[in-house]
Amino acid sequence: MTTPTNLLRAERIKLFSTRALWWCLAIALVAPLAFTALFFALAGPEIPPTVGNTQLASGNGRTVLLVLAVLATASEFNWGTMRLTFQAVPSRVPALLAKVVVVGAVGTVLGLVVGFGSWGLAALVQPDADLALQSAADWRSVLGQSLVFLFTAVAGVGVALLLRSVAFALTVVLVWTQVLEGVLVFIPGVGRHIYQWMPFHAADEFVGAAGFATGPLQLPSAPLGPWGYLGYFAAITVALFVAGVLVTARRDA
Amino acid sequence: MIEANALTKRYGATTAVSELTFTARSGRVTGFLGPNGAGKSTTMRLILGLDRPDAGTVLVDGVPYRQLKDPLRTVGAMLDATWRHPGRSGRDHLRWLAATNGIPDKRVEEVLALVGLTSVGNTRVLQYSLGMQQRLGIAAAMLGDPRVLLFDEPVNGLDPEGMAWIRQLLHSLAAEGRTVFVSSHLLPEMAQTAQDLVVIGRGRLIYQGTMADFVARTSEHGVRVRTPHTDQLRTALAGQAEFTEADGVFVVSGLDSDRIGQLAFDAGATLHELSPITGSLEQAYLDLTRDAVEFPAAPSPEAAQ
Repeated sequence: MTTPTNLLRAERIKLFSTRALWWCLAIALVAPLAFTALFFALAGPEIPPTVGNTQLASGNGRTVLLVLAVLATASEFNWGTMRLTFQAVPSRVPALLAKVVVVGAVGTVLGLVVGFGSWGLAALVQPDADLALQSAADWRSVLGQSLVFLFTAVAGVGVALLLRSVAFALTVVLVWTQVLEGVLVFIPGVGRHIYQWMPFHAADEFVGAAGFATGPLQLPSAPLGPWGYLGYFAAITVALFVAGVLVTARRDA
Repeated sequence: MIEANALTKRYGATTAVSELTFTARSGRVTGFLGPNGAGKSTTMRLILGLDRPDAGTVLVDGVPYRQLKDPLRTVGAMLDATWRHPGRSGRDHLRWLAATNGIPDKRVEEVLALVGLTSVGNTRVLQYSLGMQQRLGIAAAMLGDPRVLLFDEPVNGLDPEGMAWIRQLLHSLAAEGRTVFVSSHLLPEMAQTAQDLVVIGRGRLIYQGTMADFVARTSEHGVRVRTPHTDQLRTALAGQAEFTEADGVFVVSGLDSDRIGQLAFDAGATLHELSPITGSLEQAYLDLTRDAVEFPAAPSPEAAQ
């Protein structure tokens, strides 16, 4: 039977039986942790040692997770295994839901490890700084990464379902995260306002890791609170996934 | 059993399959034959619900594919042996596919053994030869022990040993009462494999019936006769049979070679050659599919029997 349990098991076997997962996870973990350690070891007063700033480099891990989610989904179109999946699950939607749950779960765990890892490593590098998790904002910074990474994975699966090609989808998510969000801010006048509505900036606002950019970029005051920003980020990623599912369920495979 | 009824599929301006009606019976190997681009793969995708038809229906054991509860337990299919992730082992490939329909891992081991891939089960598929990939595809089709099997060009790129293996497998599957529907663009291979035949050209049905009927219907019957005594032979044959004559070579139809030999002997005509012409199957097939191109709207009534 194509029960949820069976479909989750199938997607788990798929994800954990290729090397791409392990490479991506390794990079997604090492990159943010290494940068965090460097920031805290070498940076001067421009990066004060706060709990929020321990998450400054988490965006690197987030981007690699986005790549992982795209690979796990779009490669199925490239290799034809999506067609086999639809042969086995002709209604399609349950299989796609199972995929997003499994990739999302991996993202959530990765987010926890990156969040706490970055914080722990920063505390090791700067033992004198007060990095104790006391306020709700502190916990949101560290624990909140799990939610940010969860929805990042959802976005990756969604974009891959919409574009159905590894090369195309990777290009789009990398150009978006590495170039577009960053350069929009330099559009005279409206750029800074547009930037405040960029999804990954929203994610940074939620975990309190956007502070670094707020000062030098002279951003206007944030239009949303942290949880508002999380809701905004989540809504965008879920919308991408839902659009991807609707398109995939209808299209000829 | 597979029943296609007036299936039509268009991709943009191209009509890939047009009002295609045919039946593949259980307990038989049905060959699905047509030149490249005739619409065979499209038809297979329509059967499996991968593509939606613009018109018409196709039922597998009486049910549209998309309504099957555990599709892999009813229909096993290998449309393309390259539908696998090259970085995944053959065993893992089968395990995830089995898991979707709740098929136990024990069955994965059984089908690996069936196709002789047990020893390379943990090897990544990118190291498989073409033949091994075909075997993996067949193993995947067999996972659910299905009553209906679809194979698209299963012998493509295989060595003679592999071809023989697949032929034998298809026969034994049909002998167990399953429906075996197998496409090919190679008629000689099909002639050794299929009991029934569905021939299409340009997306339209050209012939449906048994392989034996197809051979009988399409093979040209005639006898080639060469003699220096053309006058005697001409007289002897006149009124007995239809024949053509050119440079001392007669092609006689309507009489077998025994009878022609006797007539020539009685007439005192020395024969230098007396040879039955059994038109090659391949030629007959080419003639048929060429007709389909020339008269694309008219599958002849007896062809649709």
